[in-house]
Amino acid sequence: MDKVAINVNVNGVDHAAEVEPRMLLVHFLRETLRLTGTHIGCDTSHCGACTVVMDGRAIKSCTAFAVQADGRKIMTVEGLEQDGKLHPLQDGFFQEHGLQCGFCTPGMLMTGYAFLGENKKPTDDEIRHAISGNLCRCTGYVNIVKAYQYAAQKMRDNGGA
Amino acid sequence: MIPRSFEYFSPRTLDEAIGLLQKLGPEAKLLSGGQSLIPMMKLRIVSPQHIVDINRIPGLDYVTENDGHLKIGALAREHQLESSDVINTKLPILADTAKFIADPLVRSQATVCGNLAHGDPANDHPATMLALGATVVATGPKGQREIPIADFFPGLFTTALEPEEILTEIKIPLPPAKSGGAYLKLERKVGDFATAGVAAQITLDDAGNCTKAGIGLTNVGMTPIKATKTEAFLAGKKLDEATIKQAAETAASESQPMDDIRGSAEYKRDLVRVLTARALTRALDRAKGGA
Repeated sequence: MDKVAINVNVNGVDHAAEVEPRMLLVHFLRETLRLTGTHIGCDTSHCGACTVVMDGRAIKSCTAFAVQADGRKIMTVEGLEQDGKLHPLQDGFFQEHGLQCGFCTPGMLMTGYAFLGENKKPTDDEIRHAISGNLCRCTGYVNIVKAYQYAAQKMRDNGGA
Repeated sequence: MIPRSFEYFSPRTLDEAIGLLQKLGPEAKLLSGGQSLIPMMKLRIVSPQHIVDINRIPGLDYVTENDGHLKIGALAREHQLESSDVINTKLPILADTAKFIADPLVRSQATVCGNLAHGDPANDHPATMLALGATVVATGPKGQREIPIADFFPGLFTTALEPEEILTEIKIPLPPAKSGGAYLKLERKVGDFATAGVAAQITLDDAGNCTKAGIGLTNVGMTPIKATKTEAFLAGKKLDEATIKQAAETAASESQPMDDIRGSAEYKRDLVRVLTARALTRALDRAKGGA
């Protein structure tokens, strides 16, 4: 089948590429752009390890085609750190021990990035619902919730930054 | 898991999309949210030769109150139902339903119209739309036509849509005062299909009698089920404990579940009984002004 030309902005950088229409967004990020922070976990739309933010909303990149991202803005875990400074969410996961093996962490961070953008002062229950599409098989959910709260607090202190 | 190759089209207007469906024939498949279609393509359960991606057609992503109806456009995403004021005040059953569908990440992409057009009896909106008496608007080469939801699911994974038609809108009559509804579902874990689900929507008169009831059942038959006997039984009655109990038993008798990994047919039938009673009780609370 013919390849399709796409142009995707990933973490603020425009990338032009020719892709097969059947190429999944997660494969485009990992294999074409070599941004391997986004993980492939279950590959069946259950685990959320592949979560990225597309035009402001967290989605599963294993369940979208790369062609669908043409002309859109994607943010991956590589885009969180700015000027050598960790994002408040990354800092939260560090401070609150929000990871053990770390496999789910990129997805957890990107879900959190979209979620805290909309909900500046979440309850623990709201956080638990927000991460219900992200599985942590180390079952570190208690600390992940704490990490989100740490980040939310820090972002409020920074004036929403 | 990688889908088989396909040719990709990204029309910018509805007319262009319908023209493509006419030209490409039955091997073409529409892509909207893709949260059912893409997993099925990855598992190679389906391998369409042509994908017509309607996501870039502007103006179809609305959830709006208009003309005494709630109108949901082809590209309205599930998450939009969770944050809509009109839904939270007048049709909370829709927010109930959306929150049970998959998980928040999937709901960022998945569309409400796609949930119906997929024709899967395990999907959640069909039961709710049956309870609400919704109308499906299909747009095709001959223009628009309206299909009552009760006629929309003729068989397993089959809908009343013609191959060249697109489900462009769902129209739900806004319920009158003293109405309430609820959707309840038992799922083994977040994101699972229903072991069973029940949607109930009722309207009361000034004396507190039920003037109208809609009951829909999820994943307990080859198609979504409109529990017409239960609806007829409830009409005109006061929804006291005994009436709700009998309605729940009637709904259970109208379900046609099969044994599978989620449970035995007997278990699911009993689950329909329990969920119907709970959904009616919550619908009644809401009709009386409760949350």
